[in-house]
Amino acid sequence: METALFLDKLILVVSVFGASLGIAMYSTLAERKFAAFFQDRLGPNRAGLFGILQPVADGVKLFMKEEIIPAQANKFLFILGPSLFMITALMTSAVIPWSTPLDLGDRTMELQVTDINIGLLYVFGVVSIGVYGIMIGGWASNNKYSLMGALRASSQMISYELAMGFSIIAIIMITGSMGLKDVVNAQSTELFGISGLNWNIFYQPLGFLIFIICAFAECNRTPFDLPECEAELVGGYHTEYSSMKLGLFLFAEYVNMFISSAMMAGLYFGGYNFPFMYELGLSQNALSILGLVAFMTKILAFIFFFMWIRWTIPRFRYDQLMHLGWKVLIPLAIMNLIATGGVMTFMASK
Amino acid sequence: MSGITLTNRKKVLEKKKLSFSESLYLPAIFGGMLITLKHFFMKKATISYPDVKRPFSKVYRGKHVLKRDDQGRENCTACGLCAVSCPAEAITIVADERKKGEEHLYREEKYASVYEINMLRCIFCGLCEEACPKDAIYLTEDLTPANFTRQDFIYGKDKLVQPLNESCHPKTNQPYIKDGKPYEYKNPVYTK
Amino acid sequence: MEQIIFIILSVLAVVGALAVIFSSNAVYSVLFLVLTFFAIAGHFILLNAQFLAIVNIIVYAGAIMVLFLFVIMLLNLNKDSEAPTPALARIAGAIAAGLLMVTIVGAFKGLSQGSDVALRGGEIGTVSRLGQVLFSDFLLPFEISSVLFLSAMIGAVMLGKKNLKDS
Repeated sequence: METALFLDKLILVVSVFGASLGIAMYSTLAERKFAAFFQDRLGPNRAGLFGILQPVADGVKLFMKEEIIPAQANKFLFILGPSLFMITALMTSAVIPWSTPLDLGDRTMELQVTDINIGLLYVFGVVSIGVYGIMIGGWASNNKYSLMGALRASSQMISYELAMGFSIIAIIMITGSMGLKDVVNAQSTELFGISGLNWNIFYQPLGFLIFIICAFAECNRTPFDLPECEAELVGGYHTEYSSMKLGLFLFAEYVNMFISSAMMAGLYFGGYNFPFMYELGLSQNALSILGLVAFMTKILAFIFFFMWIRWTIPRFRYDQLMHLGWKVLIPLAIMNLIATGGVMTFMASK
Repeated sequence: MSGITLTNRKKVLEKKKLSFSESLYLPAIFGGMLITLKHFFMKKATISYPDVKRPFSKVYRGKHVLKRDDQGRENCTACGLCAVSCPAEAITIVADERKKGEEHLYREEKYASVYEINMLRCIFCGLCEEACPKDAIYLTEDLTPANFTRQDFIYGKDKLVQPLNESCHPKTNQPYIKDGKPYEYKNPVYTK
Repeated sequence: MEQIIFIILSVLAVVGALAVIFSSNAVYSVLFLVLTFFAIAGHFILLNAQFLAIVNIIVYAGAIMVLFLFVIMLLNLNKDSEAPTPALARIAGAIAAGLLMVTIVGAFKGLSQGSDVALRGGEIGTVSRLGQVLFSDFLLPFEISSVLFLSAMIGAVMLGKKNLKDS
């Protein structure tokens, strides 16, 4: 059984990696397409039908481009930066539960790479390491704009991690577990007599609002894209990067977006649970596959939301960013935490 | 200041403190998102250019063409009226006399051996077209493309004269009519 | 298997810690320190204390060291700006370090006689176990330390405010 488990996990890891990279790849196309649509343009449509080969063309272009490492740059760290950023972006997907277990006859296959009991904290740990990729890359470039971008990125990520953590603690309090699978499974119960609709968003709307704002900040997406704003910093931490190393930086941003969409869908919108999931009387495998489809739909909806916001809202000023993070979101998150605790105590005593 | 303003549309911007609902920003953000979503489904303002082209206005004035008549002979008789009328002085003409055996090439007894238009000087006003007594020069819907050297912007007869196998009217793009039906154009035989 | 991982992690931790001291570039020192933290977090996982491991990474590697790196990058430390160390300071440093080592050795000597009661049960490091211990047996120290943090925070705010009033 040991080899079977190993094979299961191997297949799962490879497919999760493939799916993350594939979705990130097509997010780049979607971003360009959606940006065009939001601005009354057509968007890329030359490479393939509706431009579906555009990501491939972009990838080939990035690989073919000349590789430039600045003379004054620190070579080892210069290469380590984007690699680290990409690795940490991909590592997070290990704890995300993709669907209910598949029934393979003699055994069941869990659609989650690993169910550690501190899954949520693991995500936080990996995200907090992700900032090193930017910092090292920005510092090693030996360029003041890159350094400014790196400093902005790190201070922004540290600031918003706090509020994000507080908003998640409320979820942990409701669920009573830090494992992501437990959090998602707890949302499969009935609400208003409909199974699979007991989503945390109905209990934690404020928490979700804080979480999504922080997720935007953690992904360096507009309106929080100060680390790489073109106007002031000429691209920020990746000013000096070219070729595929630049590609890794840009690409990891989309992987991050995918992962944080998955986190939002899993933590607040029921993950792979969908309404009427138990009333339909589906077999275990059908439930699993439909669950995966539901989860993916939610994730894609969030990715669309990310892009929608990006092409709607202008960038914050830096002092506004810090004001929002420290003086608005953190007090709000703490208030949310206290209110959640109060309601839970009240419900328990009744 | 004596109270003179350059425009009567001046607005004084008042910096008011934001109300509570404004300071939440969220209503404004959702309003903005609604606007962008509306544009998402709107008809697109752009087209896929080389595949689809926008129709030009009927009075558009682009690159010049030196017309041939229905037998493929150049209309121009090198009278120089176009060069005189040109406000930008962009046209240079060298006249020459038609020799025997060239009747199938030039309609009149005099023709322009050199006809150059400097496209950097030309302002595409169309006065040459109006001045021409022989119906020889027209401004078409073609664009004059960008180039690398100034020399390449001086268009000679090689670029201006209508190609031989093209038998339609340069302005209307309709075929020549002869005896009530479209004229079938035959390339003239050059003998020297 | 566990033995091999333990050895690898230990070597990584010791080498990383030494590299922190010996590398001339301060940025390298910070990065090696982060590496050491990771090795230590690996040790925590080997002891089945995942919570401690991940908190170690989040708090030390993810937040504190980022701030260190932040400051070092802004200071632009290099060989030219290094302050010269007088001989007296070196001797004082050596004596202080020696004293610290004596203290640590003494502490470890006392520790070896203790029982391994903490490691019994195999789930000492899990969140629920840790939470129960913290909020029952060690409630008072826990609360006192939180008050300490609060006072530090208020102090930081006061320091930040002070300049504002003067101007």
